[in-house]
Amino acid sequence: MTASPQTSGPAPGATRLVDLFEHGLDAPICLTWELTYACNLSCTHCLSSSGRRDPRELTTQEAKAVIDELEAMQVFYVNIGGGEPTVRADFWELLDYATAHHVGVKFSTNGVRITPEVARRLARNDYVDVQISLDGATAEVNDAVRGAGSHATALRAMRNLADAGMTGFKLSVVCTRHNIPQLDEFKALADRHGAQLRLTRLRPSGRGADVWDELHPRPEQQRQLYDWLVAHGDTVLTGDSFFHLSAYGQALPGLNLCGAGRVVCLIDPVGDVYACPFAIHDEFLAGNVRRPGGFTGVWRESELFRSLREPQTGGACASCAFYDTCKGGCMAAKFFTGLPLDGPDPECVQGHGERLLARRPKDRGHLPKPSGDHSHRTTPARGRGPVDVVLARRPDRDRPPVGDCVEHPLAGMVLPRDGD
Amino acid sequence: MTALNLDRAWDLHPQVSVRPEPFGALLYHFGTRKLTFLKDRRLLAVVQALATAPTARAACSAAGVDDEDMPRYGQALAALTRSSMVVERNRIP
Ligand code: SF4
Ligand code: SF4
Repeated sequence: MTASPQTSGPAPGATRLVDLFEHGLDAPICLTWELTYACNLSCTHCLSSSGRRDPRELTTQEAKAVIDELEAMQVFYVNIGGGEPTVRADFWELLDYATAHHVGVKFSTNGVRITPEVARRLARNDYVDVQISLDGATAEVNDAVRGAGSHATALRAMRNLADAGMTGFKLSVVCTRHNIPQLDEFKALADRHGAQLRLTRLRPSGRGADVWDELHPRPEQQRQLYDWLVAHGDTVLTGDSFFHLSAYGQALPGLNLCGAGRVVCLIDPVGDVYACPFAIHDEFLAGNVRRPGGFTGVWRESELFRSLREPQTGGACASCAFYDTCKGGCMAAKFFTGLPLDGPDPECVQGHGERLLARRPKDRGHLPKPSGDHSHRTTPARGRGPVDVVLARRPDRDRPPVGDCVEHPLAGMVLPRDGD
Repeated sequence: MTALNLDRAWDLHPQVSVRPEPFGALLYHFGTRKLTFLKDRRLLAVVQALATAPTARAACSAAGVDDEDMPRYGQALAALTRSSMVVERNRIP
């Protein structure tokens, strides 16, 4: 038992951390903040077409006001993503502002900008963490998904970080059926660079649903992944990604709960607040940081967040012996595959999800569609950005693709094992 | 489980951030990226008193921990030292 003096006798009220967190916290533990839609690359797997940053993106002053709020709320850190956040002209300014205000920053990158000089700068700041995305341990597997040369780029970035003396940065892998056989290789790669491996789940968010059908681990691979995670314990981070696998037996390290609106959330470039970075859809839109009350008001008062913090009924899962740890899995995964939110996860290890998926109509017309005007489709403009790069944006914000830009807020965090 | 030496001076690791919560507190260590929690407000008071108290025992007393409970709080602090959340304070005055 960690840090608890309650060894002799039952504690008053709830004692499991998960039970306390289920009702939500006064502030998120951490959150994902997509600073910009702009990107310096045009990754094919990002499924985006060229574009420019949204004119309505938060200004530097507005972004700083959000950071002030996060400081006051004592949010431990933000995961900054995009787009490629470093193409915002004020990226380094915001990064310094956040860390000076005790809000840690973790940012994900394809590595293209991690030069030796940038690496040295990052290594000097204890409150910055970097995450290099790689989806294959070999160029062959990685580049098929992430584009030619991207394996070499990521490895160069890792070498630069290691040479700059940065330790414990993250090698971030989204698990697919093609890279699950490479888990040991990823681990060795991370170890060689003094990095920490983090594995996350491929989620069928938005348009990624189609990619998901072809890429998500096969049932026997899920078992393989689970056994591997159990064997490696705390040395590999998962940020609570795989709690649906807990139904194989022993719970994995982590909170084992859907943190959406309870301990995590997403702020998008125009200031909209969603329950989770994988739940970008009007259904999970809680408010906007520009409204009176700001981010704090959204977090504490939004009807949506309040309802997510209500005790959830297990629905079809309620009678399952593993409900206690599996909790029916990922809300976003269910939503975007068209399954009921109070039933089993599409990747339910008992196969219930698969059976439901098989019963869906053949055409995908029933799946959640982009809604609202979030996509702001405009004619792509070139050369107007703050830096001289080819700017790309996701054409369709309500159904973001599954890619390295999608980041789970808890992914880099070493979570307490429940009951610790 | 071993307790820590209550008669020495301890402190929170400088990279640890403490956020009080109704149930106790959340602790986040920026060096190890570890999240942990205190399930008890009194333990929070103890942890907050460490920096200025001459010993951990004095911090416990200041937070209202009685002699009977002292060993349990010692164990809780020991658990926090194992995750480097709490470290021994330099004994140079
Ligand atoms: S919706 Fe899914 S990805 Fe988002 S917090 Fe819940 S379980 Fe995690
Ligand atoms: S039936 Fe529901 S709770 Fe049980 S393993 Fe499947 S998804 Fe998890």
